[in-house]
Amino acid sequence: MLEFKDVQTFYGSIQALKGVSLNVEKGEIVTLIGANGAGKTTLLMTLSGVTPASVGSITFKGEDITKMRTDMIVRKGIAHSPEGRRIFSKMTVFENLQMGAMTNDPAKFDENLAYVFELFPRLKERGWQNGGTLSGGEQQMLAMGRALMSNPEFLLLDEPSLGLAPLVIKDIFRAIKQINEEHGMTVLLVEQNANHALKLAHRAYVLVTGNIVLSGTGQELLSNPEVQAAYLEGGH
Amino acid sequence: MAYFLQQLINGVTLGAVYGLIAIGYTMVYGIIGMINFAHGEIYMIGAFIAVIGFTLFSGLPLVSAILLVLALSMIFTAIYGWTIERTAYRPLRNSFRLAPLISAIGMSIFLQNYVQLLQGARVRPIPPMIKGSFKFFQDSDFVVNLTYLQVIIVVSTIALMTVFTLIINKTAIGRQQRACEQDKTMASLLGVNVDHTISMTFIMGAMLAAFAGVMVTLYYGVVHFFIGFLAGMKAFTAAVLGGIGSIPGAMLGGLLIGLIEAFWSAYFTIEYKDVATFVILVLVLIFRPSGLLGRPEIEKV
Ligand SMILES: Nc1ncnc2c1ncn2[C@@H]1O[C@H](COP(=O)(O)OP(=O)(O)OP(=O)(O)O)[C@@H](O)[C@H]1O
Ligand SMILES: [Mg+2]
Repeated sequence: MLEFKDVQTFYGSIQALKGVSLNVEKGEIVTLIGANGAGKTTLLMTLSGVTPASVGSITFKGEDITKMRTDMIVRKGIAHSPEGRRIFSKMTVFENLQMGAMTNDPAKFDENLAYVFELFPRLKERGWQNGGTLSGGEQQMLAMGRALMSNPEFLLLDEPSLGLAPLVIKDIFRAIKQINEEHGMTVLLVEQNANHALKLAHRAYVLVTGNIVLSGTGQELLSNPEVQAAYLEGGH
Repeated sequence: MAYFLQQLINGVTLGAVYGLIAIGYTMVYGIIGMINFAHGEIYMIGAFIAVIGFTLFSGLPLVSAILLVLALSMIFTAIYGWTIERTAYRPLRNSFRLAPLISAIGMSIFLQNYVQLLQGARVRPIPPMIKGSFKFFQDSDFVVNLTYLQVIIVVSTIALMTVFTLIINKTAIGRQQRACEQDKTMASLLGVNVDHTISMTFIMGAMLAAFAGVMVTLYYGVVHFFIGFLAGMKAFTAAVLGGIGSIPGAMLGGLLIGLIEAFWSAYFTIEYKDVATFVILVLVLIFRPSGLLGRPEIEKV
Protein backbone atom coordinates (compact mmCIF):
# COMPACT_ATOMS: atom_id res chain seq x y z
CA MET A 1 0.00 0.00 0.00
CA LEU A 2 2.85 2.38 0.93
CA GLU A 3 6.39 2.15 -0.31
CA PHE A 4 9.51 4.21 0.41
CA LYS A 5 12.38 3.72 -2.05
CA ASP A 6 15.77 5.08 -1.07
CA VAL A 7 14.26 8.22 0.44
CA GLN A 8 16.64 11.01 1.49
CA THR A 9 15.54 14.16 3.29
CA PHE A 10 17.62 17.20 4.20
CA TYR A 11 17.22 20.18 6.53
CA GLY A 12 19.50 22.59 4.75
CA SER A 13 22.78 20.75 4.75
CA ILE A 14 21.81 18.33 7.55
CA GLN A 15 20.73 14.96 6.19
CA ALA A 16 18.00 13.45 8.36
CA LEU A 17 17.04 10.46 6.17
CA LYS A 18 19.90 8.71 4.40
CA GLY A 19 18.18 6.42 1.95
CA VAL A 20 15.21 4.83 3.68
CA SER A 21 13.33 1.97 2.03
CA LEU A 22 10.31 0.41 3.67
CA ASN A 23 6.83 -0.76 2.91
CA VAL A 24 3.50 -1.04 4.68
CA GLU A 25 0.76 -3.37 3.49
CA LYS A 26 -2.98 -2.84 3.81
CA GLY A 27 -4.34 -3.73 7.23
CA GLU A 28 -0.96 -3.81 8.96
CA ILE A 29 0.26 -2.03 12.03
CA VAL A 30 3.90 -1.21 11.35
CA THR A 31 5.98 0.28 14.13
CA LEU A 32 9.03 2.42 13.69
CA ILE A 33 11.37 2.63 16.66
CA GLY A 34 14.56 4.57 17.09
CA ALA A 35 16.44 6.80 19.50
CA ASN A 36 15.96 10.57 19.79
CA GLY A 37 17.04 12.29 16.63
CA ALA A 38 17.02 9.09 14.55
CA GLY A 39 14.71 10.69 12.01
CA LYS A 40 11.35 9.12 12.88
CA THR A 41 9.39 12.35 12.84
CA THR A 42 11.20 13.40 9.69
CA LEU A 43 10.15 10.15 8.02
CA LEU A 44 6.47 10.80 8.75
CA MET A 45 6.74 14.46 7.77
CA THR A 46 8.43 13.45 4.52
CA LEU A 47 5.59 11.04 3.83
CA SER A 48 3.07 13.84 4.42
CA GLY A 49 4.96 16.25 2.19
CA VAL A 50 5.85 18.73 4.95
CA THR A 51 9.58 18.13 4.50
CA PRO A 52 9.61 16.62 1.00
CA ALA A 53 12.21 14.06 -0.01
CA SER A 54 15.08 15.34 -2.15
CA VAL A 55 16.01 11.89 -3.43
CA GLY A 56 14.01 8.68 -3.79
CA SER A 57 10.34 8.01 -4.20
CA ILE A 58 7.25 7.44 -2.09
CA THR A 59 4.29 5.64 -3.59
CA PHE A 60 0.86 5.24 -2.02
CA LYS A 61 -1.58 2.77 -3.59
CA GLY A 62 0.60 2.77 -6.70
CA GLU A 63 0.64 6.54 -7.07
CA ASP A 64 3.81 8.60 -6.72
CA ILE A 65 3.23 11.15 -3.93
CA THR A 66 6.86 12.18 -3.40
CA LYS A 67 6.40 15.76 -4.56
CA MET A 68 2.73 16.16 -3.79
CA ARG A 69 1.50 19.07 -1.67
CA THR A 70 0.57 18.15 1.91
CA ASP A 71 -3.14 18.86 1.65
CA MET A 72 -3.35 16.76 -1.53
CA ILE A 73 -1.63 13.83 0.20
CA VAL A 74 -4.20 14.06 2.98
CA ARG A 75 -6.92 13.87 0.37
CA LYS A 76 -5.45 10.58 -0.86
CA GLY A 77 -6.49 9.06 2.48
CA ILE A 78 -3.44 9.54 4.70
CA ALA A 79 -4.13 11.08 8.11
CA HIS A 80 -1.29 12.27 10.32
CA SER A 81 -1.42 12.74 14.07
CA PRO A 82 1.89 14.51 14.56
CA GLU A 83 4.46 14.67 17.32
CA GLY A 84 3.39 17.05 20.07
CA ARG A 85 -0.29 16.55 19.15
CA ARG A 86 -0.67 20.09 17.81
CA ILE A 87 -4.23 20.59 18.97
CA PHE A 88 -5.77 23.91 17.95
CA SER A 89 -5.78 25.24 21.47
CA LYS A 90 -8.09 28.18 20.81
CA MET A 91 -10.73 26.01 19.19
CA THR A 92 -13.20 23.79 20.97
CA VAL A 93 -12.86 20.02 20.95
CA PHE A 94 -15.76 19.88 18.54
CA GLU A 95 -14.18 22.42 16.19
CA ASN A 96 -10.93 20.47 16.25
CA LEU A 97 -12.87 17.42 15.15
CA GLN A 98 -14.62 19.45 12.47
CA MET A 99 -11.19 20.49 11.18
CA GLY A 100 -10.26 16.83 10.98
CA ALA A 101 -13.34 16.14 8.89
CA MET A 102 -12.44 18.80 6.35
CA THR A 103 -11.54 16.44 3.53
CA ASN A 104 -14.31 14.01 4.32
CA ASP A 105 -17.76 13.68 2.79
CA PRO A 106 -20.08 15.81 5.03
CA ALA A 107 -22.65 13.01 4.89
CA LYS A 108 -20.24 10.78 6.82
CA PHE A 109 -19.62 13.35 9.57
CA ASP A 110 -22.10 12.03 12.13
CA GLU A 111 -21.06 8.45 11.64
CA ASN A 112 -17.38 9.31 12.07
CA LEU A 113 -18.07 11.45 15.07
CA ALA A 114 -20.01 8.65 16.73
CA TYR A 115 -17.09 6.31 16.10
CA VAL A 116 -14.53 8.72 17.58
CA PHE A 117 -16.73 9.24 20.65
CA GLU A 118 -17.09 5.49 21.01
CA LEU A 119 -13.29 5.12 20.95
CA PHE A 120 -12.73 8.05 23.30
CA PRO A 121 -15.90 8.72 25.32
CA ARG A 122 -14.08 11.43 27.26
CA LEU A 123 -14.00 13.66 24.21
CA LYS A 124 -17.77 13.69 24.08
CA GLU A 125 -18.04 15.16 27.57
CA ARG A 126 -15.60 17.88 26.64
CA GLY A 127 -17.00 18.92 23.27
CA TRP A 128 -17.36 22.61 24.09
CA GLN A 129 -14.13 22.98 26.02
CA ASN A 130 -11.18 24.71 24.35
CA GLY A 131 -8.54 22.30 23.09
CA GLY A 132 -5.84 24.10 25.06
CA THR A 133 -7.52 23.36 28.38
CA LEU A 134 -7.55 19.57 27.94
CA SER A 135 -5.18 17.32 29.88
CA GLY A 136 -2.27 15.76 28.01
CA GLY A 137 -4.07 12.44 27.66
CA GLU A 138 -7.25 14.07 26.44
CA GLN A 139 -5.26 16.10 23.94
CA GLN A 140 -3.74 12.91 22.59
CA MET A 141 -7.19 11.37 22.23
CA LEU A 142 -8.33 14.50 20.44
CA ALA A 143 -5.31 14.41 18.12
CA MET A 144 -6.10 10.82 17.17
CA GLY A 145 -9.81 11.48 16.95
CA ARG A 146 -9.19 14.48 14.72
CA ALA A 147 -7.05 12.38 12.39
CA LEU A 148 -9.75 9.71 12.25
CA MET A 149 -12.44 12.23 11.36
CA SER A 150 -11.08 12.32 7.81
CA ASN A 151 -12.06 8.67 7.50
CA PRO A 152 -8.54 7.76 6.34
CA GLU A 153 -7.23 4.51 4.93
CA PHE A 154 -3.84 5.05 6.43
CA LEU A 155 -3.05 6.51 9.85
CA LEU A 156 0.29 7.99 10.90
CA LEU A 157 0.86 8.28 14.64
CA ASP A 158 3.94 10.04 15.97
CA GLU A 159 4.67 9.10 19.60
CA PRO A 160 1.08 8.96 20.82
CA SER A 161 2.17 7.79 24.28
CA LEU A 162 4.70 10.55 24.92
CA GLY A 163 4.43 12.05 28.39
CA LEU A 164 1.30 10.14 29.37
CA ALA A 165 0.51 8.12 32.50
CA PRO A 166 0.60 4.30 32.14
CA LEU A 167 -3.18 3.94 32.36
CA VAL A 168 -3.75 6.48 29.61
CA ILE A 169 -1.06 4.85 27.48
CA LYS A 170 -2.94 1.59 27.79
CA ASP A 171 -6.08 3.32 26.63
CA ILE A 172 -4.34 4.81 23.60
CA PHE A 173 -2.82 1.48 22.56
CA ARG A 174 -6.16 -0.22 23.04
CA ALA A 175 -7.69 2.32 20.68
CA ILE A 176 -5.01 1.75 18.03
CA LYS A 177 -5.63 -1.97 18.18
CA GLN A 178 -9.38 -1.47 17.99
CA ILE A 179 -9.19 0.82 14.94
CA ASN A 180 -6.97 -1.71 13.21
CA GLU A 181 -9.09 -4.74 14.00
CA GLU A 182 -12.55 -3.23 13.57
CA HIS A 183 -11.85 -0.98 10.62
CA GLY A 184 -8.92 -2.67 8.99
CA MET A 185 -7.06 0.60 9.43
CA THR A 186 -3.47 0.54 8.26
CA VAL A 187 -1.22 2.20 10.84
CA LEU A 188 2.36 3.44 10.78
CA LEU A 189 3.27 4.01 14.41
CA VAL A 190 6.33 5.83 15.69
CA GLU A 191 7.14 5.06 19.30
CA GLN A 192 9.78 5.38 21.99
CA ASN A 193 7.67 3.07 24.11
CA ALA A 194 9.14 0.13 22.18
CA ASN A 195 7.89 -2.67 24.36
CA HIS A 196 4.24 -1.76 23.96
CA ALA A 197 4.55 -0.77 20.36
CA LEU A 198 6.35 -3.92 19.24
CA LYS A 199 3.78 -6.13 20.92
CA LEU A 200 1.06 -4.36 19.03
CA ALA A 201 2.83 -4.35 15.66
CA HIS A 202 2.59 -6.86 12.87
CA ARG A 203 5.96 -5.70 11.63
CA ALA A 204 8.54 -3.17 12.72
CA TYR A 205 11.57 -1.22 11.56
CA VAL A 206 14.46 0.17 13.57
CA LEU A 207 15.82 3.54 12.48
CA VAL A 208 19.31 4.66 13.49
CA THR A 209 20.55 8.12 12.42
CA GLY A 210 18.58 8.17 9.22
CA ASN A 211 19.08 4.54 8.19
CA ILE A 212 16.85 1.48 8.61
CA VAL A 213 19.12 -1.05 10.34
CA LEU A 214 16.69 -3.79 11.29
CA SER A 215 13.28 -5.04 10.34
CA GLY A 216 11.05 -7.98 11.09
CA THR A 217 7.86 -8.97 12.81
CA GLY A 218 7.08 -7.35 16.13
CA GLN A 219 7.87 -10.59 17.94
CA GLU A 220 11.22 -11.02 16.17
CA LEU A 221 12.35 -7.58 17.17
CA LEU A 222 11.11 -8.03 20.72
CA SER A 223 13.34 -11.05 21.11
CA ASN A 224 16.29 -9.55 19.25
CA PRO A 225 19.16 -9.00 21.74
CA GLU A 226 20.33 -5.77 20.10
CA VAL A 227 16.85 -4.31 20.22
CA GLN A 228 16.46 -5.44 23.80
CA ALA A 229 19.71 -3.78 24.80
CA ALA A 230 19.06 -0.52 22.98
CA TYR A 231 15.32 0.05 23.26
CA LEU A 232 13.75 -2.26 25.82
CA GLU A 233 15.82 -1.66 28.95
CA GLY A 234 13.41 -1.37 31.84
CA GLY A 235 10.57 -1.67 29.42
CA HIS A 236 9.31 -4.94 30.83
CA MET B 1 -24.57 68.26 26.35
CA ALA B 2 -25.89 68.66 22.82
CA TYR B 3 -22.40 69.37 21.57
CA PHE B 4 -21.13 66.24 23.33
CA LEU B 5 -23.88 64.16 21.75
CA GLN B 6 -23.00 65.51 18.33
CA GLN B 7 -19.35 64.50 18.77
CA LEU B 8 -20.45 61.08 19.94
CA ILE B 9 -22.44 60.61 16.74
CA ASN B 10 -19.57 61.80 14.57
CA GLY B 11 -17.11 59.66 16.49
CA VAL B 12 -19.14 56.49 16.16
CA THR B 13 -19.47 57.06 12.41
CA LEU B 14 -15.74 57.53 12.01
CA GLY B 15 -15.13 54.58 14.30
CA ALA B 16 -17.23 52.30 12.12
CA VAL B 17 -15.05 53.15 9.14
CA TYR B 18 -11.78 52.69 11.04
CA GLY B 19 -13.04 49.42 12.47
CA LEU B 20 -13.76 48.03 9.01
CA ILE B 21 -10.27 48.88 7.79
CA ALA B 22 -8.64 47.68 11.00
CA ILE B 23 -10.08 44.18 10.53
CA GLY B 24 -7.95 43.79 7.40
CA TYR B 25 -4.77 44.65 9.29
CA THR B 26 -5.57 42.36 12.16
CA MET B 27 -6.56 39.37 10.02
CA VAL B 28 -3.47 39.50 7.87
CA TYR B 29 -1.32 39.89 10.94
CA GLY B 30 -3.09 36.96 12.54
CA ILE B 31 -2.49 34.60 9.66
CA ILE B 32 0.95 35.54 8.33
CA GLY B 33 2.33 37.73 11.10
CA MET B 34 3.05 40.78 8.98
CA ILE B 35 1.64 44.31 8.85
CA ASN B 36 0.19 44.84 5.41
CA PHE B 37 1.14 48.49 4.99
CA ALA B 38 -0.52 48.56 1.58
CA HIS B 39 -3.93 47.98 3.18
CA GLY B 40 -4.61 51.72 3.49
CA GLU B 41 -4.12 51.96 -0.27
CA ILE B 42 -6.64 49.19 -0.80
CA TYR B 43 -9.14 51.33 1.04
CA MET B 44 -8.14 54.35 -1.06
CA ILE B 45 -8.63 52.35 -4.27
CA GLY B 46 -12.04 51.27 -2.98
CA ALA B 47 -12.92 54.94 -2.51
CA PHE B 48 -11.67 55.85 -6.00
CA ILE B 49 -13.74 53.12 -7.57
CA ALA B 50 -16.69 54.61 -5.70
CA VAL B 51 -16.06 58.05 -7.22
CA ILE B 52 -15.77 56.57 -10.68
CA GLY B 53 -18.84 54.41 -10.12
CA PHE B 54 -21.06 57.16 -8.75
CA THR B 55 -20.13 59.39 -11.70
CA LEU B 56 -20.87 56.57 -14.12
CA PHE B 57 -24.18 55.57 -12.55
CA SER B 58 -25.45 59.09 -11.82
CA GLY B 59 -28.52 58.36 -13.95
CA LEU B 60 -29.60 55.35 -11.91
CA PRO B 61 -31.89 55.42 -8.86
CA LEU B 62 -29.92 56.10 -5.70
CA VAL B 63 -30.28 52.70 -4.05
CA SER B 64 -29.30 50.75 -7.16
CA ALA B 65 -26.36 53.07 -7.74
CA ILE B 66 -25.06 52.55 -4.21
CA LEU B 67 -25.49 48.77 -4.30
CA LEU B 68 -23.85 48.56 -7.71
CA VAL B 69 -20.93 50.73 -6.61
CA LEU B 70 -20.49 48.68 -3.43
CA ALA B 71 -20.41 45.47 -5.43
CA LEU B 72 -17.98 46.84 -8.02
CA SER B 73 -15.70 48.38 -5.45
CA MET B 74 -15.58 45.22 -3.34
CA ILE B 75 -14.92 42.98 -6.33
CA PHE B 76 -12.14 45.14 -7.75
CA THR B 77 -10.38 45.71 -4.43
CA ALA B 78 -10.65 41.98 -3.75
CA ILE B 79 -8.70 41.45 -6.96
CA TYR B 80 -6.15 44.05 -5.87
CA GLY B 81 -5.81 42.45 -2.44
CA TRP B 82 -5.35 39.00 -3.94
CA THR B 83 -2.80 40.25 -6.46
CA ILE B 84 -0.76 42.13 -3.86
CA GLU B 85 -0.42 39.01 -1.74
CA ARG B 86 0.51 36.85 -4.72
CA THR B 87 3.08 39.19 -6.18
CA ALA B 88 4.57 41.11 -3.24
CA TYR B 89 4.24 38.88 -0.17
CA ARG B 90 3.98 35.21 -1.09
CA PRO B 91 7.38 34.98 -2.82
CA LEU B 92 8.94 36.40 0.36
CA ARG B 93 7.10 34.22 2.87
CA ASN B 94 10.15 32.14 3.74
CA SER B 95 12.52 35.04 3.56
CA PHE B 96 13.87 37.06 6.50
CA ARG B 97 11.23 38.69 8.70
CA LEU B 98 11.62 42.25 7.47
CA ALA B 99 11.43 41.37 3.78
CA PRO B 100 7.62 41.29 3.43
CA LEU B 101 7.38 44.46 5.52
CA ILE B 102 9.70 46.32 3.18
CA SER B 103 7.79 44.89 0.25
CA ALA B 104 4.54 46.14 1.81
CA ILE B 105 5.86 49.68 2.16
CA GLY B 106 7.07 49.53 -1.44
CA MET B 107 3.66 48.27 -2.55
CA SER B 108 1.98 51.11 -0.68
CA ILE B 109 4.12 53.75 -2.39
CA PHE B 110 3.63 52.05 -5.73
CA LEU B 111 -0.16 52.03 -5.40
CA GLN B 112 -0.29 55.71 -4.40
CA ASN B 113 1.71 56.66 -7.45
CA TYR B 114 -0.25 54.32 -9.67
CA VAL B 115 -3.54 55.94 -8.67
CA GLN B 116 -2.02 59.39 -8.95
CA LEU B 117 -0.88 58.64 -12.50
CA LEU B 118 -4.21 57.17 -13.55
CA GLN B 119 -6.53 59.55 -11.73
CA GLY B 120 -4.49 62.69 -11.24
CA ALA B 121 -3.18 64.34 -8.11
CA ARG B 122 -6.16 66.61 -7.56
CA VAL B 123 -9.00 66.03 -5.13
CA ARG B 124 -11.89 64.22 -6.80
CA PRO B 125 -15.33 65.30 -5.61
CA ILE B 126 -18.77 63.76 -6.02
CA PRO B 127 -22.01 65.67 -5.43
CA PRO B 128 -23.72 64.90 -2.09
CA MET B 129 -26.07 61.97 -2.67
CA ILE B 130 -27.82 61.25 0.59
CA LYS B 131 -29.13 64.42 2.17
CA GLY B 132 -31.24 65.08 5.20
CA SER B 133 -30.98 64.33 8.88
CA PHE B 134 -32.75 63.81 12.14
CA LYS B 135 -32.52 66.94 14.23
CA PHE B 136 -33.05 66.90 17.96
CA PHE B 137 -31.90 68.06 21.37
CA GLN B 138 -31.80 71.80 21.02
CA ASP B 139 -29.36 73.41 23.45
CA SER B 140 -29.80 77.20 23.19
CA ASP B 141 -29.00 77.48 19.46
CA PHE B 142 -27.03 74.26 18.95
CA VAL B 143 -28.91 71.50 17.10
CA VAL B 144 -27.80 67.91 17.16
CA ASN B 145 -27.70 66.49 13.66
CA LEU B 146 -27.88 62.80 13.00
CA THR B 147 -27.70 62.55 9.24
CA TYR B 148 -29.41 59.75 7.37
CA LEU B 149 -26.03 58.89 5.93
CA GLN B 150 -24.55 58.45 9.40
CA VAL B 151 -27.36 56.08 10.28
CA ILE B 152 -26.76 54.14 7.07
CA ILE B 153 -23.02 53.93 7.71
CA VAL B 154 -23.33 52.75 11.30
CA VAL B 155 -26.18 50.32 10.72
CA SER B 156 -24.67 48.76 7.59
CA THR B 157 -21.28 48.47 9.29
CA ILE B 158 -22.81 46.68 12.26
CA ALA B 159 -24.65 44.34 9.89
CA LEU B 160 -21.51 43.67 7.87
CA MET B 161 -19.41 43.04 10.97
CA THR B 162 -22.04 40.66 12.30
CA VAL B 163 -22.10 38.64 9.09
CA PHE B 164 -18.33 38.68 8.99
CA THR B 165 -18.04 37.48 12.59
CA LEU B 166 -20.43 34.63 11.80
CA ILE B 167 -18.32 33.65 8.80
CA ILE B 168 -15.17 33.53 10.93
CA ASN B 169 -16.75 31.66 13.83
CA LYS B 170 -19.26 29.36 12.21
CA THR B 171 -18.23 28.44 8.68
CA ALA B 172 -15.64 26.06 7.30
CA ILE B 173 -13.61 28.82 5.67
CA GLY B 174 -13.55 30.75 8.95
CA ARG B 175 -12.42 27.67 10.81
CA GLN B 176 -9.68 27.10 8.28
CA GLN B 177 -8.50 30.67 8.74
CA ARG B 178 -8.40 30.28 12.50
CA ALA B 179 -6.60 26.98 12.13
CA CYS B 180 -3.96 28.51 9.85
CA GLU B 181 -3.56 31.33 12.32
CA GLN B 182 -2.64 28.85 15.05
CA ASP B 183 -0.61 26.24 13.18
CA LYS B 184 -0.25 26.24 9.39
CA THR B 185 1.57 22.91 9.20
CA MET B 186 -1.11 21.20 11.26
CA ALA B 187 -3.82 22.80 9.16
CA SER B 188 -2.19 21.43 6.01
CA LEU B 189 -1.93 17.99 7.64
CA LEU B 190 -5.71 18.06 7.87
CA GLY B 191 -6.11 18.94 4.21
CA VAL B 192 -6.27 22.75 4.37
CA ASN B 193 -4.79 24.51 1.36
CA VAL B 194 -2.83 27.13 3.29
CA ASP B 195 -2.03 29.37 0.30
CA HIS B 196 -5.66 29.45 -0.66
CA THR B 197 -6.68 30.33 2.89
CA ILE B 198 -4.18 33.20 3.04
CA SER B 199 -5.52 34.50 -0.28
CA MET B 200 -9.04 34.40 1.13
CA THR B 201 -7.90 36.45 4.11
CA PHE B 202 -6.55 39.17 1.84
CA ILE B 203 -9.73 39.12 -0.22
CA MET B 204 -11.98 39.46 2.82
CA GLY B 205 -9.89 42.25 4.34
CA ALA B 206 -9.89 44.12 1.02
CA MET B 207 -13.66 43.82 0.67
CA LEU B 208 -14.25 45.30 4.12
CA ALA B 209 -11.84 48.13 3.34
CA ALA B 210 -13.66 48.77 0.05
CA PHE B 211 -16.95 49.00 1.91
CA ALA B 212 -15.34 51.58 4.19
CA GLY B 213 -13.98 53.41 1.16
CA VAL B 214 -17.41 53.69 -0.44
CA MET B 215 -18.95 54.91 2.81
CA VAL B 216 -16.27 57.55 3.29
CA THR B 217 -16.72 58.74 -0.27
CA LEU B 218 -20.41 59.27 0.42
CA TYR B 219 -19.63 60.88 3.77
CA TYR B 220 -16.96 63.38 2.78
CA GLY B 221 -17.73 63.62 -0.91
CA VAL B 222 -14.05 63.87 -1.85
CA VAL B 223 -11.28 61.41 -2.57
CA HIS B 224 -7.58 61.89 -3.02
CA PHE B 225 -4.75 59.48 -3.76
CA PHE B 226 -3.18 60.21 -0.36
CA ILE B 227 -6.16 59.34 1.90
CA GLY B 228 -5.03 55.75 2.27
CA PHE B 229 -2.00 56.71 4.29
CA LEU B 230 -3.73 58.55 7.13
CA ALA B 231 -6.76 56.28 7.28
CA GLY B 232 -4.45 53.29 7.11
CA MET B 233 -2.30 54.52 9.98
CA LYS B 234 -5.35 55.23 12.10
CA ALA B 235 -6.91 51.86 11.36
CA PHE B 236 -3.59 50.22 12.12
CA THR B 237 -3.50 52.07 15.44
CA ALA B 238 -7.04 50.85 16.06
CA ALA B 239 -5.94 47.27 15.40
CA VAL B 240 -2.99 47.62 17.78
CA LEU B 241 -5.14 49.30 20.42
CA GLY B 242 -7.71 46.52 20.24
CA GLY B 243 -5.01 43.85 20.24
CA ILE B 244 -3.48 42.95 16.91
CA GLY B 245 -4.75 39.59 15.70
CA SER B 246 -8.09 39.98 17.48
CA ILE B 247 -11.08 40.72 15.25
CA PRO B 248 -13.39 42.01 18.02
CA GLY B 249 -10.35 44.01 19.15
CA ALA B 250 -10.12 45.68 15.73
CA MET B 251 -13.80 46.63 15.88
CA LEU B 252 -13.45 48.02 19.39
CA GLY B 253 -10.19 49.78 18.58
CA GLY B 254 -11.77 51.39 15.52
CA LEU B 255 -14.66 52.69 17.57
CA LEU B 256 -12.32 54.11 20.23
CA ILE B 257 -10.05 55.79 17.70
CA GLY B 258 -13.09 57.33 15.99
CA LEU B 259 -14.38 58.65 19.30
CA ILE B 260 -11.00 59.94 20.40
CA GLU B 261 -10.56 61.76 17.12
CA ALA B 262 -14.00 63.34 17.26
CA PHE B 263 -13.69 64.48 20.86
CA TRP B 264 -10.15 65.66 20.44
CA SER B 265 -11.14 67.82 17.49
CA ALA B 266 -14.08 69.18 19.42
CA TYR B 267 -12.48 69.99 22.75
CA PHE B 268 -8.80 70.48 21.96
CA THR B 269 -7.31 71.56 18.68
CA ILE B 270 -8.50 70.20 15.41
CA GLU B 271 -5.03 70.69 13.90
CA TYR B 272 -3.60 68.07 16.20
CA LYS B 273 -6.31 65.45 15.81
CA ASP B 274 -4.05 63.13 13.85
CA VAL B 275 -1.30 63.46 16.40
CA ALA B 276 -3.67 62.20 19.08
CA THR B 277 -3.97 58.87 17.27
CA PHE B 278 -0.24 58.42 17.03
CA VAL B 279 0.32 59.34 20.65
CA ILE B 280 -2.06 56.52 21.45
CA LEU B 281 -0.18 54.16 19.16
CA VAL B 282 3.08 54.92 20.93
CA LEU B 283 1.53 54.63 24.39
CA VAL B 284 -0.14 51.30 23.61
CA LEU B 285 3.04 49.89 22.13
CA ILE B 286 5.00 50.90 25.23
CA PHE B 287 2.55 50.01 27.99
CA ARG B 288 0.27 47.33 26.59
CA PRO B 289 1.62 45.91 23.34
CA SER B 290 -0.95 43.11 23.42
CA GLY B 291 -3.75 45.71 23.23
CA LEU B 292 -7.10 45.73 24.98
CA LEU B 293 -8.49 42.38 23.84
CA GLY B 294 -5.31 40.66 22.75
CA ARG B 295 -3.87 38.50 25.48
CA PRO B 296 -0.81 36.38 25.84
CA GLU B 297 -1.70 32.81 24.96
CA ILE B 298 -2.45 30.33 27.69
CA GLU B 299 -1.31 27.02 26.34
CA LYS B 300 -0.69 23.61 27.74
CA VAL B 301 2.02 21.51 26.18
N1 LIG C 1 13.63 21.78 11.40
C1 LIG C 1 14.83 21.18 11.50
N2 LIG C 1 15.96 21.82 11.14
C2 LIG C 1 17.17 21.22 11.21
N3 LIG C 1 17.35 19.99 11.64
C3 LIG C 1 16.28 19.29 12.03
C4 LIG C 1 14.97 19.84 11.99
N4 LIG C 1 14.11 18.92 12.43
C5 LIG C 1 14.85 17.84 12.74
N5 LIG C 1 16.15 18.05 12.50
C6 LIG C 1 17.24 17.09 12.71
O1 LIG C 1 16.95 15.92 12.00
C7 LIG C 1 17.28 14.78 12.76
C8 LIG C 1 16.07 13.89 12.90
O2 LIG C 1 15.10 14.56 13.69
P1 LIG C 1 13.68 13.94 13.98
O3 LIG C 1 12.88 14.96 14.67
O4 LIG C 1 13.14 13.36 12.74
O5 LIG C 1 14.06 12.77 15.00
P2 LIG C 1 13.12 11.80 15.83
O6 LIG C 1 13.57 10.44 15.54
O7 LIG C 1 11.71 12.11 15.58
O8 LIG C 1 13.51 12.19 17.31
P3 LIG C 1 12.60 12.22 18.65
O9 LIG C 1 12.51 10.83 19.12
O10 LIG C 1 13.39 13.05 19.59
O11 LIG C 1 11.31 12.82 18.29
C9 LIG C 1 17.82 15.30 14.09
O12 LIG C 1 19.23 15.27 14.01
C10 LIG C 1 17.32 16.70 14.17
O13 LIG C 1 18.22 17.52 14.86
MG1 LIG D 1 10.18 12.74 16.72
